[in-house]
Amino acid sequence: MSNFTISPSPHIHSGDSIEKNMYGVLIALIPAFIFSIVFFGIGAILVTLTSVVACLIFEFIIQKYLMKQRPTVWDGSAIITGVLLAFNLPSSLPLWIVIIGALVAIGIGKMSFGGLGNNIFNPALVGRVFLLISFPVQMTSWPVPNGFSTVDAVTGATPLAIVKEAVKNGQSVTDALASTGLSSSNMIIGNMGGSLGEVAAIGLLLGFAYMLIRKIITWHIPVTIFATVIVFAGILHLVNPVHFADPLFHLFTGGMMLGAIFMATDYVTSPMTHKGMIIYGVGIGVLTVIIRVFGAYPEGMSFAILIMNGFTPLINRYCKPARFA
Amino acid sequence: MLKTFKIGGVHPPENKLSAQGEIITLPLPEQVIIPLSQHIGAPAAPTVKKGDTVKVGQLIGQAAGFISANIHSSVSGTVTSVDPVIDASGYPRPAITIKVEGDEWDEKILKEPLSQHPNTFTKEEIIAAINAAGIVGMGGATFPTHVKLSPPPGSTAEVLIINGVECEPYLTADHRLMLEHGKELIAGIELLMKALGVKRTIVGIENNKKDAIEELEKHAKLADGIEICPLKIQYPQGGEKQLIQATTGKFVPSGALPIAVGAVVQNVGTVYAVYEAVMKRKPLFERVVTVTGKSLKEPGNYLCRIGTPLAQLIEAAGGLPEDTGKVIGGGPMMGKALTTTNVSITKGTSGVLLMRQEESSRKENRNCIRCTKCVSVCPMGLEPYHLMLLGEHNKLEALEAEKVMDCIECGSCSYTCPANRPLLDVIRLGKARTGQMIRTRKN
Repeated sequence: MSNFTISPSPHIHSGDSIEKNMYGVLIALIPAFIFSIVFFGIGAILVTLTSVVACLIFEFIIQKYLMKQRPTVWDGSAIITGVLLAFNLPSSLPLWIVIIGALVAIGIGKMSFGGLGNNIFNPALVGRVFLLISFPVQMTSWPVPNGFSTVDAVTGATPLAIVKEAVKNGQSVTDALASTGLSSSNMIIGNMGGSLGEVAAIGLLLGFAYMLIRKIITWHIPVTIFATVIVFAGILHLVNPVHFADPLFHLFTGGMMLGAIFMATDYVTSPMTHKGMIIYGVGIGVLTVIIRVFGAYPEGMSFAILIMNGFTPLINRYCKPARFA
Repeated sequence: MLKTFKIGGVHPPENKLSAQGEIITLPLPEQVIIPLSQHIGAPAAPTVKKGDTVKVGQLIGQAAGFISANIHSSVSGTVTSVDPVIDASGYPRPAITIKVEGDEWDEKILKEPLSQHPNTFTKEEIIAAINAAGIVGMGGATFPTHVKLSPPPGSTAEVLIINGVECEPYLTADHRLMLEHGKELIAGIELLMKALGVKRTIVGIENNKKDAIEELEKHAKLADGIEICPLKIQYPQGGEKQLIQATTGKFVPSGALPIAVGAVVQNVGTVYAVYEAVMKRKPLFERVVTVTGKSLKEPGNYLCRIGTPLAQLIEAAGGLPEDTGKVIGGGPMMGKALTTTNVSITKGTSGVLLMRQEESSRKENRNCIRCTKCVSVCPMGLEPYHLMLLGEHNKLEALEAEKVMDCIECGSCSYTCPANRPLLDVIRLGKARTGQMIRTRKN
């Protein structure tokens, strides 16, 4: 009697794997990381390294000793969480705070739901928002980019915070921005205050292009977010240009690029159909602008994504793919 | 831009190793085991008993009802058994075993085709010949062809679609048939058009068979109403609904048959059998089978008598490679893994694929990461990840509502899944249970 393997069809596999996708995302994050090192120097490297190592260690410990599973830390997902958490932090943040962020991201954001694939909210954002609420002072003192310069880093406000402050004081948005000397080319390159990975729009867009070519993600979520922000912020700007910044300003400042390209597109916490992705993207765009313009915080990307993460199961329930019929 | 179907689809490596292999006639075996159920529907009733002598092409199983098909002897010799034999399904099934003696053909079978033009036959003559010859869908579905050619009252066929897609990786039997028997195929198509009363035929062929497209175009020019339609390479384009959509743009509604949009689909293998049945009065007792695999010495295409053991076909192609880990009846996407090479070639056997040991096992399955790839490749617009979840929890009503019965079991979801989840395994089970629930409810 022969000894052939028996299994149901299909008998071949594409060879795609969780690792290929996760490490693909990490490759896409490299350009932005290079920019952040150029702008923020050694601080960017230290914060990112600490965050990644802490995420890996926490995931390993929780899987091995609490969940009694075979640890799968090298699937790349914990590294992505680590990098994305770091990218959402100021490069001058004390490292012990980074470690607390990693613990919350992995422990509460991911493993408490059952690990990869089961979490409702984006783990890196759970960690980031936890830190923002718990350590508001450290989390909002932004070093001004000066690379590896030996001069002591100065801290300054982000463009979004400057605008928020101006509106509060009844100043014109344009005047406030002009006084900082921030040119639009600086904003696109990312030469401005902010979290270490969020400032370099060009680097992030390169990563977006890479992920599209490798078919790791589709265009639906990021493009819908951008379009919504342009339309919504554009209407506000047309109504009152003194009070509301122009849409391109919203597009290139704060966590817009990082959030739309890398955080909102997280497989696990975003909708399963293209229709659903568009609804989700519109929701994130609208909420971000509302929080930025009318809310207490200058930046709203993280909150908007987390809120829409919560809506994802509902969106999945009502958005079905186009059936064959 | 080449046409293709609109929803989903994948493009596995084509691996058409035997594409250059001319069709070779396989030597006669010493014994054939001919199953009486090589089609969808009731098994044929045996018309011979142990000890009878039979000729090639002689009726040995009579169709049992409308949805059934005649079975003919593929060899001449003595019937040694009419008892059930374990077939490719792993279950004992009614079959007729014949010891081969010589190669004496039934006198009725013509050596040379009739010189009559296909148009001169009547609809009734053609369908009667097809019915008598025991022809079934040779793409693998094995649905009796005469049933497909008799549209239910109230529906009319408008277009005949010929399936020359061969979208399964590795398989080349249809490719070679189109290349080597283009003229006969066009005549067969004319017969089918007459039988259906349609004026238009579209032959869908994937663009990796450019030589076959050229060959058929050459012959189609001499006939009326036959278009050759090159298609973009995309699996599962050979699925009936996908092919109709790709060639005509029409979507067959959920739960309906192709005739609902005025289409009838026939595989090129079937067309060739129709040609032989009408023009040579030859029953269906042999077919072209691809034998292939990366370690096989001479992958090729063989004309095999029905009932020949696979082992003999593999022997002819250079013998079973030592590193064989899996034997598949059919292609790698929808074929069936076999426990032994000691099973018969049947009317529905399009190929035998020998997979290497290292290609034979699946990788460990992991958590679903909700990447949406299964949703985007599903050609029926279903959500495989969700159907799997519902299947695991046996939620049959929910499965029905999520259209599990529309699943064509093409395997694109499992093929694509980065987490190696056995999506189709669970969905197939859920579909079977849901189908049973629906039938029970109807009764």
